Amino acid sequence: MYNSTVAWITFRALFGRKRALLFVLPALVLILLTLALKGAHGTLADWPALVLGRVGVGAVVPLTALLVGTSVLGSEIDDNSVLHLLATPVPRRDVIISKCIVSALVTTLFAAVPVLVAGIIAQGPHSLAFGCFLGAVLGSIVYSCVFVFISAALRHPVIYSLAYVALWEELISTLVGGAKYLSVEQWSLGLAHSISGDNNLGSHLTMTPSLVLAVIAVVVTVFYASERLSAFTVRAD
Amino acid sequence: MSAIEQTAAPVGDTATAPDGPAIVRFDHVTHWYGNVVAVNDISLELGPGVTGLLGPNGAGKSTILHLLSGFLNPSRGSVTIAGVGPWRHPDVFRTVGLVPERDSVYAFLTAREFVTASAKLHGLPDPKAAAERALELVEMTPAADRAIQTYSKGMRQRAKVAAALVHDPKVLLLDEPFNGMDPRQRMHMMDLLRGLGAEGRTILFSSHILEEVEKLADTVQVVVAGRLAASGDYRTIRRLMTTRPHVFLLRSTDNRALAGVLIKSAAVQGVELTKDGLEVHASDHGTFTRELAKVSRAAGIGLREVVPSDESLESVFAYLVGS
Repeated sequence: MYNSTVAWITFRALFGRKRALLFVLPALVLILLTLALKGAHGTLADWPALVLGRVGVGAVVPLTALLVGTSVLGSEIDDNSVLHLLATPVPRRDVIISKCIVSALVTTLFAAVPVLVAGIIAQGPHSLAFGCFLGAVLGSIVYSCVFVFISAALRHPVIYSLAYVALWEELISTLVGGAKYLSVEQWSLGLAHSISGDNNLGSHLTMTPSLVLAVIAVVVTVFYASERLSAFTVRAD
Repeated sequence: MSAIEQTAAPVGDTATAPDGPAIVRFDHVTHWYGNVVAVNDISLELGPGVTGLLGPNGAGKSTILHLLSGFLNPSRGSVTIAGVGPWRHPDVFRTVGLVPERDSVYAFLTAREFVTASAKLHGLPDPKAAAERALELVEMTPAADRAIQTYSKGMRQRAKVAAALVHDPKVLLLDEPFNGMDPRQRMHMMDLLRGLGAEGRTILFSSHILEEVEKLADTVQVVVAGRLAASGDYRTIRRLMTTRPHVFLLRSTDNRALAGVLIKSAAVQGVELTKDGLEVHASDHGTFTRELAKVSRAAGIGLREVVPSDESLESVFAYLVGS
């Protein structure tokens, strides 16, 4: 299932590219925004839930997962170095699972942990901070699987991943009633809301459907990403 | 009957393995990229020994190697290695080692890390020892702790070969393995591959350079425009290539008189007057080029321009398929 050599190569590749510098940017914006609002409003207003929910879980997590998730596989497919990984008997499912795990861990480090830090800055060690942190961890895992799947299935994964976040997560899932059930952001906020009880998070789901739908999304995306990688073809020159 | 049919495996028949049982089989394999036919109805069998896959750029050599390594699915026909179809069967890499042509490698790793990682991915019991052996084989041990991105192209190529050899595969596929190597590295790699072939491994390497294939391969598969144009002993194919008519375009002070002189030469098959000069078909390249200056001087004709018009490898291959 998990292959430590694949994960090790993926880590090295991820942090061997200049693109890795971008991973800190969304988190940096979140922390600076939190510090600015804390300075302006203190802890009295309802801004912490809006910042942690909308900015942290709703923007920092998907953007970081996009940067990381499309790097762990998409970059290797783009430069064909993935051939060296695939010219081995390692089952393609193991490659996908290892890359999803690396992506989820790195996204957690660069997005979910900053959400926790921002939450503590905003209100101290409060249930909102921990709720949003766990929601962000859930989002890190599911988004990573989605973006690894997009990398395995499509050329130009960054463009398709951006389109997915902008159109589906930010537009359709907020305008179309039923779409909230298929929104990673809503599952994350559902978990955060269930733990913190903060109604300002803008969550439409409770914990159980959030977790069940997230697990289904992980299983489906990992399965189809493995299938796509099994049928990996070399492009004609 | 075409030149090929007289001397080598006829197109459409299966090119058979020269020594021992065939381990690699292509059975009427066709592959399209969209509307473009990259490989067209190729059948061949390869057994132990070194086989060269020769053809001009874009002939379909890489496509054949990618079909063999399971990175392409045949549109028609079947490909097997040791009885297993490589498409969607990564287990085939327990038998196969692949050296891709593209210079895409994990450049941030050292060669030792890269080859050791390859050994681990193959599930070898002692990956470090296997990596050391493979690095030793390609003479990369002294530079093995430097990052691959600091290597010359030839060194990168050797690191890739070490990674492909680390699990001691029965079949080794190499796509243009000598690209970027200096003459000494090239000679060493040839000795290595020859030795691996002599040990009973099936080695298939692609090249567009006839001399490389000639020096190394026991047998040659010539691919032109996606078709298997010739198959068999390289000497036969080489003879065909050297005895083909060579075309020269000439301009002189008196083209008509020069045509009359040249047609008497045994090395000339035919002469044609064109609006710019003469087109000469010579049957013997060496004799014609030696005689040309001599006979034209003797006839008092000044040569202004001598241009060989078909020296490219593509034209050689085009002749081979009789097109």
